[in-house]
Amino acid sequence: MSVGLEHYLVVSLLLFCLGLLGVILRRNLLVVYMSIELMLNAANLALVAFSRFNNRLDGQVMVFFIITVAAAEVAVGLALMVALYRRRQSAHVEDLTTLKL
Amino acid sequence: MNHPENIAWLVLLLPLAAMAVILLFTRADGRFSAGISIVASLASFVISLALLAMFGLDKEANLGQYPGLTQMAFDWLAVGPLKVSFDLRLDYLSLLMALVVTGVGSAIQIYSFGYMQKDRDMGRYFGGLSLFTFSMLGIVFATNLVMLFIFWELVGVSSYLLIGHWYERAAAGDAAKKAFLVNRLGDFGFLLGILLIWGMAGTVNLEGLQNLLQRTEALGTMSGVAGLLIFCGVLGKSAQFPLHVWLPDAMEGPTPVSALIHAATMVAAGVYLLCRLYFIYTTPPAWPEPLAFLAGFSPLDFIAWTGGATALLAALMAVQQNDIKRILAYSTLSQLGYMVMAVGLASPGPAMFHLCTHAFFKALLFLAAGSVIHALHHEQDIWRMGALRKRMPVTWMTFLVGTLALCGLPPLSGFYSKDFILAAALDSHHGSPALFALAVAVAALTSFYMFRLVFVAFLGSPKNPAAETVRESGWVMTGPLLVLAFFSAVAGLIGIPEYLGGMKLLTFEGHAEGLADRLIEPFRHSPLAAGSGLAAAVIGMAAAWRLYGQAQSDPLPQKLGLLAQVLRQKFYFDEIYQGLIELTHEALARTADWLDRWIISGLGVRGAHGTTEFAGRALRLLQTGNLQTYAFLFAAGALLLLWWRLKW
Repeated sequence: MSVGLEHYLVVSLLLFCLGLLGVILRRNLLVVYMSIELMLNAANLALVAFSRFNNRLDGQVMVFFIITVAAAEVAVGLALMVALYRRRQSAHVEDLTTLKL
Repeated sequence: MNHPENIAWLVLLLPLAAMAVILLFTRADGRFSAGISIVASLASFVISLALLAMFGLDKEANLGQYPGLTQMAFDWLAVGPLKVSFDLRLDYLSLLMALVVTGVGSAIQIYSFGYMQKDRDMGRYFGGLSLFTFSMLGIVFATNLVMLFIFWELVGVSSYLLIGHWYERAAAGDAAKKAFLVNRLGDFGFLLGILLIWGMAGTVNLEGLQNLLQRTEALGTMSGVAGLLIFCGVLGKSAQFPLHVWLPDAMEGPTPVSALIHAATMVAAGVYLLCRLYFIYTTPPAWPEPLAFLAGFSPLDFIAWTGGATALLAALMAVQQNDIKRILAYSTLSQLGYMVMAVGLASPGPAMFHLCTHAFFKALLFLAAGSVIHALHHEQDIWRMGALRKRMPVTWMTFLVGTLALCGLPPLSGFYSKDFILAAALDSHHGSPALFALAVAVAALTSFYMFRLVFVAFLGSPKNPAAETVRESGWVMTGPLLVLAFFSAVAGLIGIPEYLGGMKLLTFEGHAEGLADRLIEPFRHSPLAAGSGLAAAVIGMAAAWRLYGQAQSDPLPQKLGLLAQVLRQKFYFDEIYQGLIELTHEALARTADWLDRWIISGLGVRGAHGTTEFAGRALRLLQTGNLQTYAFLFAAGALLLLWWRLKW
């Protein structure tokens, strides 16, 4: 059995759904954050797969950029989360509802 | 001065200046204000006399053919082809009317000085009188319909101010409002008429319009409608049926004001307007398609029968009134009916003649009645007077002269003017036997109710302790009475018909030279009219003597029963109008209120507000603030979109 594009895409879809479920269901802010990274990487996987099958490199170049930006984003996100924890003494999403009317 | 006719502006503007000075500076000083107003009025009168001597009596000026216009004029309005200029028109008609207005007006103002002596708002009162005189003179001298309408409305305003002079009394305030509103009703038609004439003929200038109508049929099929619309204004101002209801109520004003409204100004304006615009009615009447059923009638028929109906109804109502001023008020209505009827019978000249004589004797009667009321400390019920003859000799004599003139007994003025109207009704060409019979009946009724008033109030025995100790009024009040009595007596013989006859449209039948000739002219010209008028007056007087000669209370209610009640309640016109207003106007108001409350406010305003608020409340529940709910909704929405896109 040869591995085709659809296999990559199915894996990418499964990863994305796992990430989404994590974002929706998990309570801990850190885990939610990790789930978001999972979804991002699912998209990266799909990009790389398409790039490979089309024999073009621009998709892979795009992924490099995404990984770089994601690293910067993680630094900002984690810093925010640390600041939030210091102020609220909690990293649970149920406790963060002050945006409600 | 190269243009002596320009002094006519003084006649018009002096009362205005008096009003301005009084209202701006001297209102607090009643006596001084009165002086200003009286002097202005007298000066206007003298200048009018001078104008009459210079132009009116000058045969070569021939104002009947070529009416003089003041050389001084200014354009008030110029819109496209429409030009409205303010200048003053001098012809026999306007000069005579100006004399009546300023002359009778001056007498009334002098009298007011005595009558209103104790009134603390004397300044405001005389300011109002001056404004009234000014407005009326504006109508008299007007050269175009717009100017006429402006002054027409000013008369309405000043009558409102004067009728409501004692505004602290609710009845006076109501009467003023009623007079104003009823007049507005008629003026609405008048305004429509002016717009119609302007639209059809393209000019509002009286002289231009008259020339145009002589040459062409500029009004086309609308000539009948235009005539009727103009007459609408007369209905209101001259208090003709069915808009007569305001006039008796206007008695709430001070008595000299009643005299002014009833004699020289206001109600006279309507008849004057008809005479002034009579040329409109001389065009062959034509009706537009929707009114084709009126073919064969002319507006003059409507005018004649409206006048006749007013004369009869008002005379009947007067028979059962007990308030001395109200009797006179209904008598004015009835006499105005005569004048309007005369115009309708194609005789504007006699109408104008009767207007002049009536101005003298009605002003006299009102002022004499005012003298009685003043002396009796505002007692107006004739059944609480009696035997005033001995105690108030001057008032008694003058009142008697006025009564005899009104009833039409020769050689007093009323006889001659009324006779012309009766003769017009007999005229084979324009007349109508039915209207003649009606007019004679009204003459008998007039004589009956006037002598009822005289017998009850002035003769017999005192019916009230106050009537036994009453004293004659001072000379400020009796002086004008004597002057007016003199003119009431002789106004029929000083040649007004010949003078007015100089105007082509106001010609009179018959011709008389010299005093003796004029005395017997009616009997020679139309013996039937003169004879029946005289007989009617005598019959009325005899009937009044039989019923009221020694009466202590009114015997008629027992004899007539229900009819007397109906007459006393003025045919229930006020009640009928009240009901009509409730049926139509009030119902409309209630519907509008319902629509406003439930449709506009309920559905529109509150509906929009309610929907928005409810939607907001519902959508607020979605704002949980929980991050994961948002994420879930977002994902669900994305899925939904995806599904929706992929399905097609």
